[in-house]
Amino acid sequence: MSTTTLPALSPVKDPAVAASLGRRRKRLDALLRWFCIGATALALLFLASILLTLILRGLEGLHWTTFTREFQPTTYGDPEAPTGGLLHAIIGSLIQTAIATAVGTPIGLLVGTYLAEYARGSLLGNAVRFVSDVLLSAPSILIGLFIYQLVVLPMGGFSGIAGALALAIIVIPVVVRTTEDMLQLLPNTLREAVVGLGAPKWKMITLVAYRAALPGIVTGILLAVARIAGETAPLLLTSFGNSVLSTDLARSMSSLPIAIYQQANSGFPDLIAIAWAGALIVTAGVLVLNIVARFAVRPRG
Amino acid sequence: MSSTTDLAAQGKREGRPGLAGLQARSGAALNPNARVAVRNLEFFYGDNRALKGITLDLPERQVTGMIGPSGCGKSTLLRVLNRMYSLYPGQRATGEVLLDGKNILDADVDINALRAKVGMVFQKPTPFPMTIAENIAFGIRLHERLSKAQTEERIEWALTRAALWGEVKDRLNTSAMGLSGGQQQRLCIARTIAVRPEVILFDEPTSALDPVSTLKIEELIDELKRDFTIAIVTHNMQQAARCADQVAFFYLGELIEVAPAAQLFTAPQHARTQEYITGRFG
Amino acid sequence: MQEHTVRSYGEELRRLREMVARMGGLAERQVADAVTALVRRDAELASEVIGRDAEIDTLEREIEEFCIRLLALRQPVGPDLRLVIASLKIIHAIERIGDYARNAAKRSVVLAQQPPLGSLNGFQRMARLVQENLKGAMDALVNDDAARADEVWANDQPVDEVYNGIFREMLTFMMEDPRNITAATHLLFVAKNLERIGDHATNIAETVHYAVRGQPLTEERPKGDSSPFAVVRPPA
Repeated sequence: MSTTTLPALSPVKDPAVAASLGRRRKRLDALLRWFCIGATALALLFLASILLTLILRGLEGLHWTTFTREFQPTTYGDPEAPTGGLLHAIIGSLIQTAIATAVGTPIGLLVGTYLAEYARGSLLGNAVRFVSDVLLSAPSILIGLFIYQLVVLPMGGFSGIAGALALAIIVIPVVVRTTEDMLQLLPNTLREAVVGLGAPKWKMITLVAYRAALPGIVTGILLAVARIAGETAPLLLTSFGNSVLSTDLARSMSSLPIAIYQQANSGFPDLIAIAWAGALIVTAGVLVLNIVARFAVRPRG
Repeated sequence: MSSTTDLAAQGKREGRPGLAGLQARSGAALNPNARVAVRNLEFFYGDNRALKGITLDLPERQVTGMIGPSGCGKSTLLRVLNRMYSLYPGQRATGEVLLDGKNILDADVDINALRAKVGMVFQKPTPFPMTIAENIAFGIRLHERLSKAQTEERIEWALTRAALWGEVKDRLNTSAMGLSGGQQQRLCIARTIAVRPEVILFDEPTSALDPVSTLKIEELIDELKRDFTIAIVTHNMQQAARCADQVAFFYLGELIEVAPAAQLFTAPQHARTQEYITGRFG
Repeated sequence: MQEHTVRSYGEELRRLREMVARMGGLAERQVADAVTALVRRDAELASEVIGRDAEIDTLEREIEEFCIRLLALRQPVGPDLRLVIASLKIIHAIERIGDYARNAAKRSVVLAQQPPLGSLNGFQRMARLVQENLKGAMDALVNDDAARADEVWANDQPVDEVYNGIFREMLTFMMEDPRNITAATHLLFVAKNLERIGDHATNIAETVHYAVRGQPLTEERPKGDSSPFAVVRPPA
């Protein structure tokens, strides 16, 4: 320990300097604050504009028949002609999304668990993580191409199952990432506490770690669902789209994004209106799913 | 002062206990009450030797306090006693740690069974994300098949022993996360004793708690030593003085001195111990 | 010993030693002055000694409070704890020493009005011996010197021997002439006071030994006081 005593520093006593520094500090503070507020406002403005347009145009095209009818050609403005609906697309989307989630989630979950619980810092783990991250940011059309080569060509045609598999491949890296992140966030002492009671590692992971990380993992799955619910590109090359209701996984199958894509491109105002309604349905569906899941996994107690 | 240190070091070189070790080591070797006997324990984090030739007894139904500056190896020793270290690759121990006459460092030891015998309570409360009752039942179910009634009985017993029953008996089926820090820590203690271990290891159990919760835990430790052999690592020397029957002082991976608490805190034998406990650490 | 990490705590421990040493020094001087007053038949010096005893008492209270404060606020352990506890015991002994010195001074006022009785060399010698022991004990405390404390502790015998001599001498005076009884009794008490002071000095040394070493002195102290068994036959 040093025995020298440092001279006591008296507080700064030049009020002019202090005041000018204070003014400068306040100016910078105000500047930064207004930048942040401005940027947020700008982003909100765009978002609000998108949402508003979506809701207004979507509600305009939305009718109960939208949920009950399949695709109909344009009415050419004839009020007597039957308007089309999106039933085929909604069912197709539900089927493909459900299968994709059901296939992709367990794989993603297990890979994420491997990365977080078994492969920490190992070479293989790092390689897997890297590949998964690449997959996460890969253009989705590439995944479509991949499935096209792997499934569509051998099967001899577009199919619902091919679409579902393409979406599943998109689900996997999202779930891997969030699962790993959420498990990583758990304090090590929690793991040690479980193991310290004499629990084998698999019980520690399944009975405690998953439970503790559940809200985060569910959020990750929802993110994945939201993402694939709006995917168009890979489906173009896999399930292709269909104008009638089909539940046959071996045949081409429609989906909301494809239906939106096709009808919005048609150039007929009544079909475009239905495309808007489809966009609103996708958005609302994802939103509702999110809200329901939030409530379902809310921490109890 | 330094001459004492040299003397101790010299004693060790000659295979003879130094001034400090005289009471400690010879006492340890003769102690028939040792529940856990550590013999010539060496511990490595990779190439880094964290424990150097530790020989220490944990006497049956007594509290052994472990003190020393950060990084001195006291927590490491605790983590050897239930082989927590084997969770992590690159960590290994040599020497002997005898529990019921068996060396727990042997490769053929059933680690899960060992951990049922040697429970551990951590620095931060670690309630599991489940209800209070499930928290306790979790450990029981790992090792025993009990009927529902027996399990409930055991839960009540454990919570009562952990001085928590009165506070939680009306909300056993609510989440354990809703308890206060001190209650969570007592829940962790209840969870540990519900497995009915022989030895309980406390790793700085109160460093995240307020003074009143701290005293409750200390009172609890005093209560628990009637049935369990206890080791507690603490940074708080007063806590070691209050809780422990014997206190071991570690420095740079070596066991410098072990003595009854009253002796260690009034008349420590070793210069290092003296400097540490009086706050004269360089 | 190394510096304390909390410097103010280290300062306080140092101050405690100084205060106890000052109190010890004061008591030494009281003993010396009391015996000087006796030998020189100096009633004025004697009353000074009597007056000064209050200082020792005040200092005792101060140190006691300081020790309690240290115990409450610093929770000393190890050698620091032993120092504080030892100080508490030592100041009590010093306070007793002060009382004995004052008592001796009071008696010397009475003795100054009595005809002189024999030579008082023995008293001077006794005073010097206990003073030395007291000083040695205080030095041992200030310097953390257990060896010095042990020396003092083993060095009470000469005091007892002188005391035995005085005891016999006084009994003889009383037997020779009953008019000597007043002076001889007072002198006897003064001698007893000095002997008690010597005992307290060895007690202090014993406490210092514990403070420094952490182990109490357990062996029997060498004792030389045979006066409990002394009988002087009247001249035939």
